Amino acid sequence: MTHFILGDLTWAALPHAWYTIGATGTIFVGGIVVMAVITYYKKWKWLWKEWFTSTDPKKIGIMYIVMASVMLFRGGLDAMMIWLQQSISVGNAPGYLGAPSGYLDASHFQQIFTSHGDIMVFFVTMGFFFGLMNLIVPLQIGARDLAFPFLNSLGFWLYVAGAVFINMFFVIGGEFAASGWLSLPPLSEIMYSPGTGVDYWIWSLQLSGLGSLLGGINFIVTIIKMRVKGMTLMKMPLFTWTSLCSMALVVAAFPVLTITTLLLWYDRFFGMHFFTTTAGGNPMLYVNLIWMWGHPEVYILVIPAFGIFSEIVATFSGKKIFGYVSMVCAVICITLLSFMVWLHHFFTMGAGADVDAFFGIMTGIIAIPTAVQIFNWIATMFRGRIRFTTPMMYFMGFVSLFTFGGMAGVLLSIPGADFELHNSLFLVAHFHTMIVSAALFGIFAGITYWFPKIMGFKLNEKIGRRAFWLWIVGFFVSFTPLYILGFMGATRRLDYYATATGYQPFFITAGIGVCIIAAGVLMQVWQVVVSVRERKDNMDTTGDPWDGRTLEWATSSPVPFYDFAKKPEADSRDAFWEMKKRGEWPRATARTEYEDIELSKNTGMAIYLSGFFFLFSFGAVWHIIWLMALGFVGCIACVIIRSFDDDTEYVIPAAEVEKMETLAWKK
Amino acid sequence: MNETNATAAQAAQADRHAFGFWVYLMTDLVIFGVLFAVYYVLKASTFGGPSSNDLFSLSTALTNTIVLLTSSFTCGLATLAAWSKKLNQTIAWLAVTFMLGATFLTLELSEFSRFMSAGASWQRSAFLSAFFTLVGTHGLHIAVGLLWIAVAIVQLKVKGLTPSVVSKLDRFTLFWHFLDIVWIFIFTTVYLMGIM
Repeated sequence: MTHFILGDLTWAALPHAWYTIGATGTIFVGGIVVMAVITYYKKWKWLWKEWFTSTDPKKIGIMYIVMASVMLFRGGLDAMMIWLQQSISVGNAPGYLGAPSGYLDASHFQQIFTSHGDIMVFFVTMGFFFGLMNLIVPLQIGARDLAFPFLNSLGFWLYVAGAVFINMFFVIGGEFAASGWLSLPPLSEIMYSPGTGVDYWIWSLQLSGLGSLLGGINFIVTIIKMRVKGMTLMKMPLFTWTSLCSMALVVAAFPVLTITTLLLWYDRFFGMHFFTTTAGGNPMLYVNLIWMWGHPEVYILVIPAFGIFSEIVATFSGKKIFGYVSMVCAVICITLLSFMVWLHHFFTMGAGADVDAFFGIMTGIIAIPTAVQIFNWIATMFRGRIRFTTPMMYFMGFVSLFTFGGMAGVLLSIPGADFELHNSLFLVAHFHTMIVSAALFGIFAGITYWFPKIMGFKLNEKIGRRAFWLWIVGFFVSFTPLYILGFMGATRRLDYYATATGYQPFFITAGIGVCIIAAGVLMQVWQVVVSVRERKDNMDTTGDPWDGRTLEWATSSPVPFYDFAKKPEADSRDAFWEMKKRGEWPRATARTEYEDIELSKNTGMAIYLSGFFFLFSFGAVWHIIWLMALGFVGCIACVIIRSFDDDTEYVIPAAEVEKMETLAWKK
Repeated sequence: MNETNATAAQAAQADRHAFGFWVYLMTDLVIFGVLFAVYYVLKASTFGGPSSNDLFSLSTALTNTIVLLTSSFTCGLATLAAWSKKLNQTIAWLAVTFMLGATFLTLELSEFSRFMSAGASWQRSAFLSAFFTLVGTHGLHIAVGLLWIAVAIVQLKVKGLTPSVVSKLDRFTLFWHFLDIVWIFIFTTVYLMGIM
């Protein structure tokens, strides 16, 4: 009976190690403080009505970015813990906090390694990009909403449920997967990982993966079907193009992640034998499948950034982007090629020289479209009137770092070299260079660039540039030693090493780099604080603070919830730039009659549905069958109830639109 | 908002829904693609247990196929009836489709239980894990389809043939035919090639 009610849950699942007690304490105290503040200011109703149940992509976008920022701190903390351990866990050095060496025992260290990777990929980078796409893509194509506003809200809440779920183990269970960010079998099988860590891993990815998939479908339909009159595919702004390609990758690749991790769970839960070492299972099957998702995934993380940088470099060079058509072709090429290189993640599988050669060559070929883009960006700057704003600084940091890391990638694509460098810190340094320079710098640049459009005021430029310098200097200090360590033979996931290896000075240098990056993050927080405080000085009254080129600037700042009072038309690539040239902007000269606007209503259904899926996942982790049944039935009930609701939209009359517009432009 | 605008907006929305559903179906196809690939890779890994030759019976698989193909036909008839605004006929054909789908599911489950009682459970070997998962995932989709039919019939009774109900019905038809196509592949590459 107890087992029926509680499944595998026992008292032992409650926090008892210093880090789980610490984290649980932080979660509870933090939660109580936040709730107290909200209650004190009586903001619950406001939060629920204006934010949580909203289907407005701009609000959902902001919530994505807030959530991703929180997760960035969580993932960054993991990174600092990893580096601290690696700096001090050497030779006969004494151990602290009960660990034999350093301050983390081996299993705890591996868990941090796993969660750092997963959090940064799924909950930071993807969260930020979904946020930016929500904010900007509808504006760039002149739409008022996404194709499926409810699915958008659902995707966001599933992402939130996943983010909460990946932190749940602190409170109940006390262990996360110690099997790496992709949890490769046989280590992740029940025989070698009997705890609930891997199950937490699986189900947090199921939650957030489904959210990403829904987002992918939504953006594809939006971009294909909802562009303004005149905007053909080859007139779309590049950020919209790269979003489309990235979402195509999501749609093609994420189902593979969903089903592969589900098969692993079948192994663990039903005692099946897909990837076990017994009964005919095949662990390498998992490795192949997971990288068939995993390689496209890294392009999902960087392709949107290519678009952000293309917008930024054109705007701040005062020129149209150089080689638009080749840019689009390059992105499409990368999209397709990303499905043909998965095996380069495990050349050492032993598939034979022919197979390795094929995948090595395909990998090398990706450098070509990427180089096309880099040359185009540089050519855009050439003879441009460059303004060295914060976004532009991030762009230049990106181009140099990305080229540097990309060449390390070409080196790794040679199977012979890869046999030496496989699983070494050289590889770790390579992909951090790529992801940090493209994805993170792209996100920072994008947020700084579009901030005035969304919030109505600019971020402080001076502090922004300081943050950039801390980031890039910190990056070099922390990752250059990793390239060297890789050549010295240091593998990834080292929780302890001998003094004679000579690694320690490099690890300490890397640790200093992390501190510089952390200072950069603090500087960014400070930047936001100062900018909010001094927002009166940085107001954007024109709607076009940077002298932009694309349609998102053709409306007031902050963007009204209906985006455009009257939908613009696009007859060229830089549609807004052309409008300005024709003298149709500022708006005073272009006043027209208003029309009724139809928008989608708020709904809490996405929250309930995600909640039920969360319960189902929790039941799946702890083998609580009734909870799984409850969650499952709840999800289905939510879908059915929603399907009966035909009254999902409301209309803003033209007169009201006119009133709001007049008010917005009076400032 | 005037009448023509509203109709145009409705048509545009139905168009978006249909396209979005196609994209969803493609993601589902990827899932089945992976399951098929996994099945082919693990087909020979019987680990000393029963193989496809020992287990599969052509007559069961063929009956299943005929039942499911017929249900696709009746589902098509339901759509035609809905398009020509014949409410009762629509409901009747949907009910027939439901019965056929339920028959299919019952046959499949009885086949599964026969395997289980013969000691061929999903825990026996990698081949059987892959078999149960591939065919079972298809069966789960059929079960979802049955639920969908039930809800659709209720909506037809309550709301009648409104544009929103008909557009949902169109998407259900896509879903059902999609499952049919997946089954054709299961029938040929799992059952027929398994017995060969």
